[in-house]
Amino acid sequence: MKKVGRQSVIFDNVYVKSRAVYVGPKEYAGPLGKYFDGYFQDLYCDSKTWEKAEMNLYKCALEKAIEKAGLVETEVDYIIGGDLNNQIIIGSYVARNYNIPMLGVFSACATSMQGIILGGMIVDGGFGKNCLCMTSSHNATAEKQFRYPTEYGGKKPETATLTVTASGAILLTSEPTSIQITRATVGKVFDPEYDDPLDLGRAMAPSAYLTIKQHFQDFDTTMDEYDLIITGDLSYYGREMLISMFKDDGIDISKKHYDCGLLIYDRESQDVHAGGSGCACCAAVTYSYLLKLLEEGRYNKILVVATGALHNPIISAQNETIPGISHAVVFERRK
Amino acid sequence: MIFVMAFLVGGLICMIGQLILDIFKLLPIHLTSLFVFLGALLDSFHLYDRLIEVAGAGATIPITSFGHALTHAALQKASESGVIGLASGIFSLTAVGITAAIIFSFFTALIFKPRG
Amino acid sequence: MNQKISKVMQETKPKKPILKNALRAFLVGGLICLFGQVLIFLFQKGFNFSKEEASNITVGLLVLIACLLTGFGVYDRIGQFAGAGTIVPITGFANSMASSALESKSEGIIVGIIMNMFKLAGSVIVVGVLSAYILGLIRYLWGLIV
Repeated sequence: MKKVGRQSVIFDNVYVKSRAVYVGPKEYAGPLGKYFDGYFQDLYCDSKTWEKAEMNLYKCALEKAIEKAGLVETEVDYIIGGDLNNQIIIGSYVARNYNIPMLGVFSACATSMQGIILGGMIVDGGFGKNCLCMTSSHNATAEKQFRYPTEYGGKKPETATLTVTASGAILLTSEPTSIQITRATVGKVFDPEYDDPLDLGRAMAPSAYLTIKQHFQDFDTTMDEYDLIITGDLSYYGREMLISMFKDDGIDISKKHYDCGLLIYDRESQDVHAGGSGCACCAAVTYSYLLKLLEEGRYNKILVVATGALHNPIISAQNETIPGISHAVVFERRK
Repeated sequence: MIFVMAFLVGGLICMIGQLILDIFKLLPIHLTSLFVFLGALLDSFHLYDRLIEVAGAGATIPITSFGHALTHAALQKASESGVIGLASGIFSLTAVGITAAIIFSFFTALIFKPRG
Repeated sequence: MNQKISKVMQETKPKKPILKNALRAFLVGGLICLFGQVLIFLFQKGFNFSKEEASNITVGLLVLIACLLTGFGVYDRIGQFAGAGTIVPITGFANSMASSALESKSEGIIVGIIMNMFKLAGSVIVVGVLSAYILGLIRYLWGLIV
């Protein structure tokens, strides 16, 4: 039985064959700019509308990942894809042009790791050999859908995060490579009874805390087993809260923990308030930078915990709070 | 003198707005709705005109003046034509503002592209 | 679990720079009103318009400037600094219309620009008319009785 404990699973034969990330201008100008496969000079990404821009990012990442794996389209068994737009429409529209069966997924900004968990189950269960897991997010499509028009003169508080404009693709396979995916913990939806959509980092921190704790419990381990525990997009204030929650348990996670939202931008020089967020935040940082560090031997084993805020403007207006969910995946360097 | 008062009163109204946003955690839409209502309320007691005399643009530029203008125009027409005048006159003072906003917004959207 | 989390959420709540925000709003809001006052003065004294005409032209001009600043992508930057200082003046009303219309440009002229123009600003007109009519009615009837 590959299920471990209440929420976790073990993978025996799941490896990362290739990955690709395309980003927008602000991400390219950030500290990790040189690690990405490609970038666009403005938010329109050579397209006519914001939505088509996000599709272009998605398409570029998808094709690059397949190319880097040395495969052709027909050798990819499934695309597992999701994004923040209504009806996860970006992935569906891009998939029109490819001859690959598609499974759409959604867990807000935790979509990247959710896709990998499902892809891992497919590959490890013998339901396919190569599985391409996709996600994307775009600053303007997110603002248009969830908040205000991009040119609106309202003020964002310091706790607000900036949705990352990028797309990340990762191809999982059953044949061994230098990076292996060994474990995963599927998150539960948790509602911290918080209702501020401009402070999502803190709204998601409790679900990250619960998933990490459950992971340690299911595998009977501690943070010492990992070189790094990194969350998707808690950003500055969410990270403070996560550290505080673990401190209450007598655990100092601050030296082992960091956050993708704090790596993708430079908070000092770029106007990003609390940091980055969005489906592609965790994907872009993990696939381009963290997995490279694994390959180079700087890390051996990392726990990536993608965090999602399950926010819907209509429900929020009905005086509801914003629940969160976190999915965790372990990436290991295979010696 | 009116220039100083315009700056001070206009600034004060905006500052109160910002405090309301921060302390009561309201959205811009709540704030503008509240201020429009307050402008209408003050005008129904004939107090807003006095504010305009003292502060000039400091009272006519904030969105409170929109509520004042609607009420003022409605009452003006009602005094001439009776109750139905409330409805028939209500937009007379704000017509320029609304018309300008519609026309200029339309052409702005036609000509420019959002930058994100 | 919930109590523990609520406790931590309250403890780690970042403090809003209330004073700084208030002063910025005061400054920018005051300057916009001062600018309006200068325009009214110029139109009245320089061009010999009546008080009412000068006020109308000023409103029109401020709306135009707000729309242009929105189109050039500058208004949102000023707004990030000023908060209510740019939301409260009528320039904020114009910006809310222009930015909504502009954002939906990708959906075409009718279903995009025109349909979405009043998405944010509609509230001002609805609340305004409701307040003005009801309060006006009460005032009018009061005037008849007294």
